[in-house]
Amino acid sequence: MNFDDTPQEAAFRETARKWIAANAPREFEQELSKSSLGRIRLAKHDMVEVGKTWQKKKFEDNWACLHWPRDYGGRGATPIERVIWQQEEGVYGKLTQPFQIGEGMCGPTVMAWGSEDAKRRYLPKLASGEEIWCQLFSEPSAGSDVAGLRTRAEKQGDNWIVNGQKIWTSGAHYSDYGLLIARTDPNVPKHKGLTMFFLEMKSPGVEVRPIKQANGMQEFNEVYFTDVVIPDSQRLGAVGEGWSVSLTTLMNERMSIGARLATGVPEMFEFCSNLMLEDGLAIDDPAVRSKLASWAVKSSGLKYTSYRAISALSKGERPGPENSIGKLVSGMMLQDIATYAMDLQGAAGVLTGSDEETVQGQFQQMLLSSPSMRIAGGTDEILRNIIAERVLGLPGDIRVDKDVPYNKIPTKGR
Amino acid sequence: MNFDFSDDQKQLRDQARKFLAEKCSPKAVRVVLDGKAPYDKELWKGLAEMGFLGVAIPEEFGGAGAGHLELCVIAEEMGRANAPVPFSSTVYLAAEALLIAGSDAQKKKWLPAIASGEAIGTLALFEGKGNPSPKNVKLTAANGALNGVKKPVADGAIADFAVVAARTGSSGRDSDISLFLVDLKAAGTEVKSLTNLDPTRGQAEITFKDCKAEPLGGAGEGWSILTEVLDRAAVLCAFEQVGGADRALEMGRDYALDRIAFGRQIGSFQAIKHMLADMYVSATLARSNSYYGAWALSTNAAELPEAAAAARISATQAFQHCAKNNIQVHGGMGFTWEFDCHMYYRRANAMALGLGSLTYWEDQLIDRMRKKNAA
Repeated sequence: MNFDDTPQEAAFRETARKWIAANAPREFEQELSKSSLGRIRLAKHDMVEVGKTWQKKKFEDNWACLHWPRDYGGRGATPIERVIWQQEEGVYGKLTQPFQIGEGMCGPTVMAWGSEDAKRRYLPKLASGEEIWCQLFSEPSAGSDVAGLRTRAEKQGDNWIVNGQKIWTSGAHYSDYGLLIARTDPNVPKHKGLTMFFLEMKSPGVEVRPIKQANGMQEFNEVYFTDVVIPDSQRLGAVGEGWSVSLTTLMNERMSIGARLATGVPEMFEFCSNLMLEDGLAIDDPAVRSKLASWAVKSSGLKYTSYRAISALSKGERPGPENSIGKLVSGMMLQDIATYAMDLQGAAGVLTGSDEETVQGQFQQMLLSSPSMRIAGGTDEILRNIIAERVLGLPGDIRVDKDVPYNKIPTKGR
Repeated sequence: MNFDFSDDQKQLRDQARKFLAEKCSPKAVRVVLDGKAPYDKELWKGLAEMGFLGVAIPEEFGGAGAGHLELCVIAEEMGRANAPVPFSSTVYLAAEALLIAGSDAQKKKWLPAIASGEAIGTLALFEGKGNPSPKNVKLTAANGALNGVKKPVADGAIADFAVVAARTGSSGRDSDISLFLVDLKAAGTEVKSLTNLDPTRGQAEITFKDCKAEPLGGAGEGWSILTEVLDRAAVLCAFEQVGGADRALEMGRDYALDRIAFGRQIGSFQAIKHMLADMYVSATLARSNSYYGAWALSTNAAELPEAAAAARISATQAFQHCAKNNIQVHGGMGFTWEFDCHMYYRRANAMALGLGSLTYWEDQLIDRMRKKNAA
């Protein structure tokens, strides 16, 4: 048992480290190092533009999408090399946020289901950051049950005409392409009537509207489709095979291995170490210590769970299912920590302004943002189902809509 | 990075699991549970023959000379099997105290006897209510004689010798405490068995009356030695707890697959699935924290105090959580004596207290994290 690199890993790390030292945009280092939840913002620069410059630089020296084949803009790197790169890229990795959906989900789907021409045309430009992709799956009435989606695509000659609405689309407003799943046959059971496409986001009839979220911010969009024309050549997989195609996308969801999930623990530890209560420092209070310790061991447990996965990759093995617990644990913890930090502030905890007493309102922001962590990318409940079914081998849910044609499934509860 | 046990260590785990499946079935555990024997003597002999008792004891003292990582994998299997033997008292506490502080003669006398299964050892620290603290040690040592009462002493009624914490000063500092070795078969001790939560692991009260004792380690070094012993034991116990948590989770999972209610497997209800998923989460966090503890223990790293406290807390929480919800998944049957669920529930809650309570270790962890942050 040790935490050391193999000689090859150490050599790769050294190469990566040298390149990053010579090329990273240091002027943003400090701003990026500040802990933050959700979208990254830069005070004086456009995050997407800065991100594109960094991505382009990486691409030119083969450091972009490094686990992809060289022919499609990658480096042909091994999974462990990808983890090492992420570790070394450190805070600059935050600049890749606009490209993560493309690299993690859309790209792999095009790679698995696209024609050779499509792969050579789209993947290198996705890798270089020149073209940004978004993913158009969720709908207002199809969230966890995404196969229940309603957006229609109807065949007209060599084209498809799309009408409907998507929601929770990150980056739709700056994306060039979108991966779209739509219903092409409502007369068959829901999973069988879907087809996958990709389209230009600038196509006529596509309208992107930002969503004002519960925390007051705008990070996601709604996308409306009105008679949008998509050529049949932009179909991925066979007609009616969209569900299988979407599984490729979802299976490739950005591996959380090596990427540290925010837990709120370091912020909470620091806060309690400095906060004066009536009887002294908060961290000397037994009740505070007990809670803090329980959160600390969850946080360290997640860290060492990811180390176990990295070790498996290092040996060329597939990591076990342990990593599936990450978001489930960290999402709930953020919410609990925020609530307790505010409780310690007493009546002043209600204030969201940027005064010193409430540490610049960071826990208030955490409280308001944390519900999304428990929903986005699989709700806590869906994640528990996944663990129960795929890890523990328990039976799937009994599905009352399984063999029912889509257009016969009830759409209202009452 | 190689944050995993080696193939040899995994082989040893398989070997231990196979051995215990054969020699330590729930039926065998029940002989002790039902009070028909104080511990499983046959199993103890078998563990010695397999070399498991002395796995971390150097060869020159009759052990296998392997190491603490090997001991961790065996500990996990002991926990999984709920083994009714004085393994943790003898191997994690008494043997480790001897390895840390024993003189050559003391090691030569006791370590080979531990490895061969001839001697059972324990640590006599507690004196009634309270957590590990120099303040709570009232038993006195003067002129090589001990006077006072220790309770609870794990496996005290079957132990051949004990490491005893005694007060040798009254300055109010840690250096008031010294450790002593006591041969419990000699005169000056009176041992009384106490009933306890987990009958598969006995507890006793030991009264020392002008009892002859030899010092273990230097005078006034008792507390610093004890702190290290408890840290090591915290990691090793964490592996037992992880083994127990995993077994409780498996039992719950298996029952959820077998049991039919409302015309379907109860494991198809989300209320049950989510309960089992949460058990998996806590068992996984505990395992990962324990691996880090194992690394710190086996490399004698400066991180051991923090790693041991984290492993202890995480594993205690996981075992309690899994044992409790395993009963819940079983419903009424889980509350019968006949089903094995309560054996893990008892063990989980007894282990949660054995080295000091959860609150105590939470307190320790925060102190240790602060110390690290300050450094």
